[in-house]
Amino acid sequence: MAQWIDICSKGDLQPNSGVCALVEGQQIAIFYMPEDNAVFAINNYDPFGKVNVLSRGLIGDIKGEVMVSSPLYKQHFSLKTGQCLEDETVTVAAYGVRINGERVEINLNGAA
Amino acid sequence: MSKKKTLVVIGNGMVGQNFLATLMASDIKEGYEVVTFCEETIPAYDRVHLSEYFAGKSADDLSLVEQDFFEENNITIHMGDKASSIDRAAKTVTSDKGIVISYDTLILATGSSAFVPPIPGHDRDGCIPYRTIEDLDDMMAAAKTSKVGAVVGGGLLGLEAAKALQDLNLKTHVVQFAPRLMAAQLDDGGANLLKSKIEDLGVSVLTSKNTTKIVDGDTCKHKMVFADGGELETDMILYSAGIRPRDEIAAACGLKIADRGGIVVSDQCLTSDENIYAIGECASWNDQIFGLVAPGYAMARTVVAQLAGEESCFTGADMSTKLKLNGVDVASIGDPHASSEGALVYTYQNGVDGIYKRLVVSSDNKTLLGAVLVGDASGYPTLSQYYLNAIELPSNPDSLILPARSDESVGLGPDALPANAQICSCYDVSKGDICTSIEGGCTTLGGLKGDTKAATGCGGCAALLKSVLDCELEKAGVEVNTDICEHFAHTRQDLFNVVKVEEIKTFSELIHKHGKGKGCEICKQTVGSILASQWNEYILKDSHVGVQDTNDTFLANMQKDGTYSVVPRMTGGEVTPDGLIAIGQIGKKYGLYTKVTGGQRVDLFGARVDQLPLIWKELIDAGFESGHAYGKSLRTVKSCVGSTWCRFGVDDSVGLAIELENRYKGLRAPHKIKFAVSGCTRECAEAQSKDIGIIAVEGGWNLYVCGNGGMKPRHGDLFATNLDKETLIKYIDRVLTFYVQTADRMQRTSVWMENMEGGLDYLKSVVIDDKLNICEQLEEQMRNVVDAYQCEWKTTIEDESKLKRFRTFVNSDKHDENIVFVEERGQVRPANIEERELLLAEEA
Repeated sequence: MAQWIDICSKGDLQPNSGVCALVEGQQIAIFYMPEDNAVFAINNYDPFGKVNVLSRGLIGDIKGEVMVSSPLYKQHFSLKTGQCLEDETVTVAAYGVRINGERVEINLNGAA
Repeated sequence: MSKKKTLVVIGNGMVGQNFLATLMASDIKEGYEVVTFCEETIPAYDRVHLSEYFAGKSADDLSLVEQDFFEENNITIHMGDKASSIDRAAKTVTSDKGIVISYDTLILATGSSAFVPPIPGHDRDGCIPYRTIEDLDDMMAAAKTSKVGAVVGGGLLGLEAAKALQDLNLKTHVVQFAPRLMAAQLDDGGANLLKSKIEDLGVSVLTSKNTTKIVDGDTCKHKMVFADGGELETDMILYSAGIRPRDEIAAACGLKIADRGGIVVSDQCLTSDENIYAIGECASWNDQIFGLVAPGYAMARTVVAQLAGEESCFTGADMSTKLKLNGVDVASIGDPHASSEGALVYTYQNGVDGIYKRLVVSSDNKTLLGAVLVGDASGYPTLSQYYLNAIELPSNPDSLILPARSDESVGLGPDALPANAQICSCYDVSKGDICTSIEGGCTTLGGLKGDTKAATGCGGCAALLKSVLDCELEKAGVEVNTDICEHFAHTRQDLFNVVKVEEIKTFSELIHKHGKGKGCEICKQTVGSILASQWNEYILKDSHVGVQDTNDTFLANMQKDGTYSVVPRMTGGEVTPDGLIAIGQIGKKYGLYTKVTGGQRVDLFGARVDQLPLIWKELIDAGFESGHAYGKSLRTVKSCVGSTWCRFGVDDSVGLAIELENRYKGLRAPHKIKFAVSGCTRECAEAQSKDIGIIAVEGGWNLYVCGNGGMKPRHGDLFATNLDKETLIKYIDRVLTFYVQTADRMQRTSVWMENMEGGLDYLKSVVIDDKLNICEQLEEQMRNVVDAYQCEWKTTIEDESKLKRFRTFVNSDKHDENIVFVEERGQVRPANIEERELLLAEEA
């Protein structure tokens, strides 16, 4: 069952970029694309650099797949699934996230 | 069905065969029944490379006739049968074997024979002309019983013949009538060096020797007796003292013959009979005989074009040659003797390496008229293109023959050649032909040779052909890849122009108008940089935040552990004690690791993202500003202490460094830019390894550009000397703006320069001579950037809304627990993974 957790206001998000939230001890990168009114949430941990930086990466798309590029070594991760686009064995966790009125909510169980 | 006309070609040498091949490649071949006579027992072969017969090539290797050429083209060839007479009234040709052929059109390609001086004893046994493969067989037979050989004639072919004798292990002499070798192609300087080089190879060279008779020898079979009383003992003699046109058959039927021999032809290669053409070495055009294949081929093309009803003229020929004689490179272009009126001469002589170069230029110093190269003919392709296409010479033409120094650029890139530039003169292949072939999928040198025939004649253009191929492939390759990414089918330079012309101010506007998708880290950073270069707006403006590079986006340099380093600017490397104390106190307060950088300033490592604004607030209060260490922008202007303190200093390098750093700070560019200023030529600031390097000299400032340290070091090119400060800054403004506008993404100035067509000379012509008429615009652009400078950190800490971004978490004041330091040499450093896990476990 979906468990939506209130995180921050919509104004706390960084348009066309990311911010990081701490949710039940987990660092979660939240990305906001205002033109599509879309938000995405994946884990902030970069499995290649082994540090918490993905929220600070550039976002965009590769062949239509929305992605974030790691600020350290530039691997791409799908914003929808957390899948690394260069290495199919590497995935970071993806979470449910939504804008509810002026609030941003996260669902740690996944389903958006 | 209309009856075919009969076309008879007398002679199947190189030119006769070339004529047939050209005819068969044309549309008019169906209109002719073609018959040819070949006096020799084998069809056309490559006489130019005859000496290779001794180096192991077979007659087949030298053949110029593709297998089954005659059969496939229905050409009747009468091999080993010489055409002996022409009846112009009856329009018939009769051969030695009695064959009579009626012709509608007759082509004389009878060639030439080796000139044998008509002296007593010239036809003694073992005295052989050097001309045909049969001659070579005679030579080989004679060589078997010989120890010493002599070649009469010191021209191109004579020296080839000497090589052949050496290959047969004979003690070899060259006997030249003229006072120097290769008298037509070389001047005294070049010929002298060639002589000494050939002598070094064990060949004796006798010049100014007029042989009067050949008699029985004392120690050898023959003795050559010279007009000056000298003698030479030899076992065999090769004649290669020039050619005589084979005009007997033409003379016998009453065709007009030139005074000095040769069948007189018009610009259309027509003889005095309107049905008879003459081409190649048997023809005399304008009282000239052309003893090279390229003019013969040009004549063949002229005649085929005539037959096709096209207007075509033979207008003389380029007699430039390049060859390797016994391993010695020799080349001659145009008028090597400076016989043209007002001609000026440059010479370069290097006795150590055995190199001689001579340039003959027009009186206005702008056009190349001729050249001689001995010992190093690598400049031939470039020089011959200057000559053939009358390309204007650089302002210092001697740079074309002087050894390349770091401060000079030589060479004419293939890209600078027009499409109609002739690359291969033997087969008249233009650059355009080659490009067409490459576009058609021909991407190897071998393939190109097969497809265009370029470089299959004398081979002199092979190097140039290769560079055209490389250049075109590179262009094609880059074209495929010049799209900066999948979102923009543009190069960086294209995008720059679009941004500028359409006054686009944001990434989102640009991608909507000219791109597709949402962008990626490649195009976003590139466009972010372009927008900053062009408009120099605050880079963390809402519309720009999302397109900044990792480091720009937080105005600091991200390190491997996700923390940042902080670098305040210290212009020229100058800092007050109070400044150092302030940095020290701030470093201590925030627990930062401090290190002095290569750019003469202090780097503070280990700042968490949430600490950045706090640290910068304190730095700014202490009088510092952003050092832009995070940007693809001007980093530092390094300097030595200069004349202010130094006993040797010539000028105030620190003062200039500070002024320059303040001028260009904040300039965003395709990559980082580094400067240095040295106060004297001791060069303590290492200015020649920087993008922009300046060295004080007695007469002012010397400016170096496009140097680099790093992965691929490159010395800067000396761009201008003895500049006053005003001119210096003007030049730097222009160079940098031109770089910013035209370089590829992530391209340092050094690579930009190396990829620039025309290199340093071109950059000088743009920046100093204003060849593109853009200098005013370049300066204005720089003025705008300079005027729009702001300390990005100052702007940021003054704006509450911007500071929000520097929180670690949007919903918590906690810090990232994963950032853990350990101590080393009295300072912090990031914990490695094992240390981190251990420390985190202890805490838990």
